[in-house]
Amino acid sequence: MADVITSRKACSVSPLKMSQPIGGALALMGIHGCMPVLHGSQGCTAFGLVLFVRHFREMIPLQTTAMNEVTTILGGMENIEQALLNIAQRAKPQIVGICSTGLTETKGDDVVGYLKLIRQRRPELADLPVVYVSTPDFKGAFQDGWAKTVSQIVEELVEPAAMRIDDQINLLAGSHLSPGDLEEIRQIVESFGFRTILLPDLSGSLDGHIPEDFTPTTLGGTRLEEIRRMGSSRATIAIGEQMRGAALALEMKTGVPHILVDRLMGLRSVDRFLHLLAELSGRPVPQIYHRQRSQLVDAMLDGHFFFGGVKVAIGAEPDLLQNVGHWLAELGCELKAAVSTTESIVFADLPAERVRIGDLEDLEREALGCQLLLTHSHGRQMAARLQIPFYRIGLPIFDRLGAAHQVLVGYRGSRNFLFDVANLLITAREEEEGTHWPGRGPHEEAARACECQEEDQKTG
Amino acid sequence: MSNLSEKVQAVFQEPGCVKNRAKSDKERKKGCTKQLQPGAAAGGCAFDGAKIALQPITDVVHLVHGPIACEGNSWDNRGSKSSDSHLYRMGFTTDIQEMDVVYGGEKRLFRAIKEAIDRYDPPAVFVYQTCVPALIGDDIDAVCQAAKKQFGRPIVPVQSPGFAGSKNLGNKLAGEALLDHVIGTEEPAYTTPCDVNIIGEYNLAGELWQVKPLLDQLGIRILACISGNAKYQEIASCHRAKATILVCSKAMINIARKMEEKYGIPFFEGSFYGISDMSDALRHLARLLVGRGAPEELLSKTEILIRREEQKAWEKLKTYQKQLAGKRVLLITGGVKSWSVVSALQEVGMEIVGTSVKKSTDEDKERIKKLMGEEAHMIEEMTPREMYRMLKEARADIMLSGGRSQFVALKAKMPWLDINQERHHAYAGYDGMVALVAEIDRALSNPVWQEVRLPAPWQEA
Repeated sequence: MADVITSRKACSVSPLKMSQPIGGALALMGIHGCMPVLHGSQGCTAFGLVLFVRHFREMIPLQTTAMNEVTTILGGMENIEQALLNIAQRAKPQIVGICSTGLTETKGDDVVGYLKLIRQRRPELADLPVVYVSTPDFKGAFQDGWAKTVSQIVEELVEPAAMRIDDQINLLAGSHLSPGDLEEIRQIVESFGFRTILLPDLSGSLDGHIPEDFTPTTLGGTRLEEIRRMGSSRATIAIGEQMRGAALALEMKTGVPHILVDRLMGLRSVDRFLHLLAELSGRPVPQIYHRQRSQLVDAMLDGHFFFGGVKVAIGAEPDLLQNVGHWLAELGCELKAAVSTTESIVFADLPAERVRIGDLEDLEREALGCQLLLTHSHGRQMAARLQIPFYRIGLPIFDRLGAAHQVLVGYRGSRNFLFDVANLLITAREEEEGTHWPGRGPHEEAARACECQEEDQKTG
Repeated sequence: MSNLSEKVQAVFQEPGCVKNRAKSDKERKKGCTKQLQPGAAAGGCAFDGAKIALQPITDVVHLVHGPIACEGNSWDNRGSKSSDSHLYRMGFTTDIQEMDVVYGGEKRLFRAIKEAIDRYDPPAVFVYQTCVPALIGDDIDAVCQAAKKQFGRPIVPVQSPGFAGSKNLGNKLAGEALLDHVIGTEEPAYTTPCDVNIIGEYNLAGELWQVKPLLDQLGIRILACISGNAKYQEIASCHRAKATILVCSKAMINIARKMEEKYGIPFFEGSFYGISDMSDALRHLARLLVGRGAPEELLSKTEILIRREEQKAWEKLKTYQKQLAGKRVLLITGGVKSWSVVSALQEVGMEIVGTSVKKSTDEDKERIKKLMGEEAHMIEEMTPREMYRMLKEARADIMLSGGRSQFVALKAKMPWLDINQERHHAYAGYDGMVALVAEIDRALSNPVWQEVRLPAPWQEA
């Protein structure tokens, strides 16, 4: 049971948090042929764009209504109209998503009303679906913007169906999952004979593939007709607590029952997930997962030497903190410092004394005495100051390659995470011990290594 | 607010700007920022521009007054280097909440300044105004004034709400903040007849350090660089310099011109990119200094240095001629770099199949024509789709551009090199130009291009 403390500081230092609108925009990037738009000044979009480019190392479709001082005060209807017309003409998207920002929310633009008027005035936009989400920058965080946007997509696009398709399952994915995670989850679910509709599907759009031609919109992701068909599925599996709202909205609208799977890291969580799928499908768990489970158990046995009693500091959005935090605790770590970005129910049973809603400065202060740091790339400065091993999780990861393919979920993801983190701890220990071995400086070590290699070559 | 619109007008009136001089009074008043097209706009806002211009000041707290988006989504993303303090790399923001929007954020800002001073003890705090507090009427000038009195150190308001305009306007608004609140407020410990200011150099990837050794050899002291690797005190006392070199004229010409007006410091526009440009800059600087009382021998010392460095650089470049001759370059960048890089690339035998002139002045364009001939392929605007096609059809061998368009090239499986602000290599001065050509060679000669273009064996040809 963790106490939740909200930072009372007026000055946030080294922010952990990012804003709602770009969380919403990223969710929209999981829809095929989509052009996300931020209703705000052009900087709102530029910052989001640069952030995602640096994380995914991909082209990012993201537009702006380019509000200035005058249009803000007079209201942004004309800018939204112009933006829709320009985008429709240039990018030819199948859907447009609009997220508001702090600027237009402060003014109080009635975007829902604007869109009605624009539709009346512009029959040429009749066939273009537009989803609007209210995401003021001065409330909540990235994860909230993502969750609201997925709910809104469901509310507006999913259609109730007369028939149920018995082997079709909806998967609603939270913002804590990478494209690699999504691929893994889908593979697991499909191995039970289900056909899946995954929303939002970043594994289709931001997984770093080479398209045949240049597209200004998203390249891949959930198709519009798939979203519309979600009302005919057997059930919805919401992955991550943040998806509860969207799953409920879908259930209210179409009657498709939902199941919440909040954790997918660690032995017992993945066990529960596979058990659920086995019950739902009436099929046994495929052999491959028996094998993977066994590998994970073995990894836990090999790894426990290194994890027991290790004090860790984690800075992450609520659902990611929950997943990583529980798994590390199950491996024997002590969650000494935990900082997150926004309120969430998942903190209630987190195995930590307290969770602080704050910034990396708070985390740095509480991390004194910790042996391991896990947060996004902005933790690099504090890791250097604290001189402790640093494992990058979440978004943004801009100073290492492969962020899109970091898989943390499932037996395999959990196992690889365990090995990576254990290796960091081992490296740190070696570096520490290395300096205390008399007469064996780094140079002699290197020389010894060379000799060994030569010997290997001779004998080999 | 009136304060901001006056500032914006003042910046639009800039007489030092070549483009501006050619306009009628009415046109000039409209300003230099093109009306942005909703749904078809790209690029940062005024706040982004102000931050780019000032963030390189290393030892101060840069406090962003606004909701989390402005700082939370963007901090620690610029590559300007520091030889000392790392305070500038940390993100500070008031992270205003809904209640602040309703009741006003001034008290929160005041408390935030206090907290930052208590915890980090900087020589000064820079406070950046953003859209939301500007809209609700937070008076950051007044808060900074009060804080200055209370805490006994400079608290500098930077009026830079994003909705005021583009990144370029933000650069200039940052310059205004320095002129109004920083420059001339302190005195240097001592002066020499060879003290200079460099304006518009941000020490990206450490480029200032490619130029500084050259100046050191000539006995020229950088009193202040605005703002690469600068300390607050250096900028505060830079009004005692004897000459100024302005290296990115688009960004902060207002500082150079107003310092000439107010303190009589002559300035010229030069560039550190390209070999002959670097030499021209050194010559010009030496002449200005000698005119203001530096020893006459500086001129001959400069010539000797130029001859030696140029010779060294050309010799090194020659070694790349064989591999690079005939390779075609697509150069997508703004302003000065569009021509200053061209001559070095031509020297190693590369062909420039296109260069963008979107941000260039008429003067820039003339120089391009001189270098590349009348039929120079100048690109006003190129959509990513066109760039992609050009590369895909192999009408160019490599693209040099900013990070934004890198995936256009990479997805077309063509070599690409970053020459804008997020780059990791330094390309200034003589060594820098050699480094640029070496990087081009490294990119082009990588066998990976043949590999990635291989079709899968099961694919029909």
